[in-house]
Amino acid sequence: MADEVRVRIDNDADLVTARAEGRAMAERLGFPRPDPTLIATAISEIARNIVTHAGRGEIILARFEDANRYGIVVTAVDEGPGIRDVEAALRDDVSGRGGLGLGLPGARRLMDDFELKSDAETGTTVTMRKWRYRDELARLREERRGRA
Amino acid sequence: MDEERRPSNSDALTREQTEDRASESPEARPREEAGDRSADSSSGADQLLQELVAYLRENRTKLREEWAQRISDAELLQVMSDEEIFSEATEVYDNYMDALETGSIENLQTYARELSERIIPRGVETDEVLGIVLLLRDALARSLFARYQEDLGLLNRILDSYEPAANRIAVTVGVSFVEERERVIHEQQEAIRELSTPVLQVRDRLLILPIIGVLDTARARQLTEQLLGAIRDNRATVVVIDITGVATIDRTVANHLVQTVEASRLMGARTILTGLSPDIAQTLVDLGVDLGMMKTVGDLQGGLEEAERLAGYRAADASDTET
Amino acid sequence: MSVAILRRGDVLIASIQSDLSDTEVVELRQELAELVGRHRLRGIVIDVGALDVIDSFVTRALRTIVLTARLLGAATVIVGLAPDVAIAMVQFRLNLKPLRVALDLDEALAMLDRLNQRGAEDGG
Repeated sequence: MADEVRVRIDNDADLVTARAEGRAMAERLGFPRPDPTLIATAISEIARNIVTHAGRGEIILARFEDANRYGIVVTAVDEGPGIRDVEAALRDDVSGRGGLGLGLPGARRLMDDFELKSDAETGTTVTMRKWRYRDELARLREERRGRA
Repeated sequence: MDEERRPSNSDALTREQTEDRASESPEARPREEAGDRSADSSSGADQLLQELVAYLRENRTKLREEWAQRISDAELLQVMSDEEIFSEATEVYDNYMDALETGSIENLQTYARELSERIIPRGVETDEVLGIVLLLRDALARSLFARYQEDLGLLNRILDSYEPAANRIAVTVGVSFVEERERVIHEQQEAIRELSTPVLQVRDRLLILPIIGVLDTARARQLTEQLLGAIRDNRATVVVIDITGVATIDRTVANHLVQTVEASRLMGARTILTGLSPDIAQTLVDLGVDLGMMKTVGDLQGGLEEAERLAGYRAADASDTET
Repeated sequence: MSVAILRRGDVLIASIQSDLSDTEVVELRQELAELVGRHRLRGIVIDVGALDVIDSFVTRALRTIVLTARLLGAATVIVGLAPDVAIAMVQFRLNLKPLRVALDLDEALAMLDRLNQRGAEDGG
């Protein structure tokens, strides 16, 4: 299994590819349903932001694992104008109108970890992760470690 | 066969290093030895290992017999017949020899897993498996004592090679067995979980999902998949989720339940929640659940009647007031 | 095209066949609006069964179709939402207020009939 898959995002047709690749990698990694769909949906949101606001960029899909967990890391990189108000972009508005229309709060809800770095000089990087314990026993092991 | 050679650089070489050297396959060794000061000792240790393995193989029949005797004296593996023990013992012995010789535990792991798969359903316990491996270790060690007792220096070097390898084997077999047991338990749990949340089609387009027992996140997740799949497969427009049999749920699970109801709605099915305990009702209120969206009825009977009305099997009329 | 559209009486049935690019979504929106206007239809059924991702963009587009169709006198019903997609939309908290959903085509047509009857009663 390839450790990393890169999808160039230049137009909205590339979003279809990014979604498909994200889903495929999630399934290969063994994510149970509905996770592959959640991951593909989150990818769709952040990849679209690249097209809409930066024109072009890249989606990088990578796997990660440790002793008890396996997961996927999705990074969206662009060199666009950046997001001026990062806080507003991430604000989880109860009314549903928050987030500056960038779909980031929604994407964050679908994933486990979410980071956003953005400025006018270098552009925007969104890093999101979703992971699962390998099995019940791994979860128990982690919990025991937490208590100890 | 260099019995006269003293172990060189014995301070430089720790036990672990000796074991690592011994573990390398003969083909890999020459590369490492080039320009290596401790090469002499490592090839010596490796040769000793080959020698003792050859000896143990030669005396396989006798040693296996001794081992079987120890097993029966310790009253282990009583669930197995003598023939079974004999056949498994032979395989274990041969695998043990291979592992000693090559230092590779991969084949041993595979064998140990397969062995575990066979004996776990027979009721063999962890202490028995560990016990028999250690008994084999002891039987072999004793025979090495007997063989090399004239030369304590050599005996020590032999044991330096043997002990780490034998310990690694014991740990590998033990761990493989325990992991196989855990895998079986986990599988059984999954099966129980699936069986215990049956989705029942009571009428055309009407499903009931009775939940009994502990509702944790894992079960809730599985339940959601089952329910939504059933809605699609059975073309259900109304679902009754009965939680009479669930005493309490935490916020995460309650949230999950609400999301399940919402997802069902998106698929075109209405959900009625029945049998809420006061505790669960409180949890839902605390969560700030949009209760207008979620239809709840006190008991399953009432819920079914309401469901039939929603599905169009009953007229929604004055008869409502009777309930 | 990735969407099969057929007309049954005064109802339009649009079956999405595969994942749509944003451009195709916009095209669909325009085509549906045009057809509703041209044929004075009273209902649209959109089958999204083949979409395995519905994100904020698609949701906005669906909402636009519903509102536009309403202005032109037609009700819209979405059918065939896949289980995993439903879960994703709920977890995402996509706002689906004006959208009507039904389990499948039969249910959607029945729903449109009921709406039509009610409309006739009100108007009549």
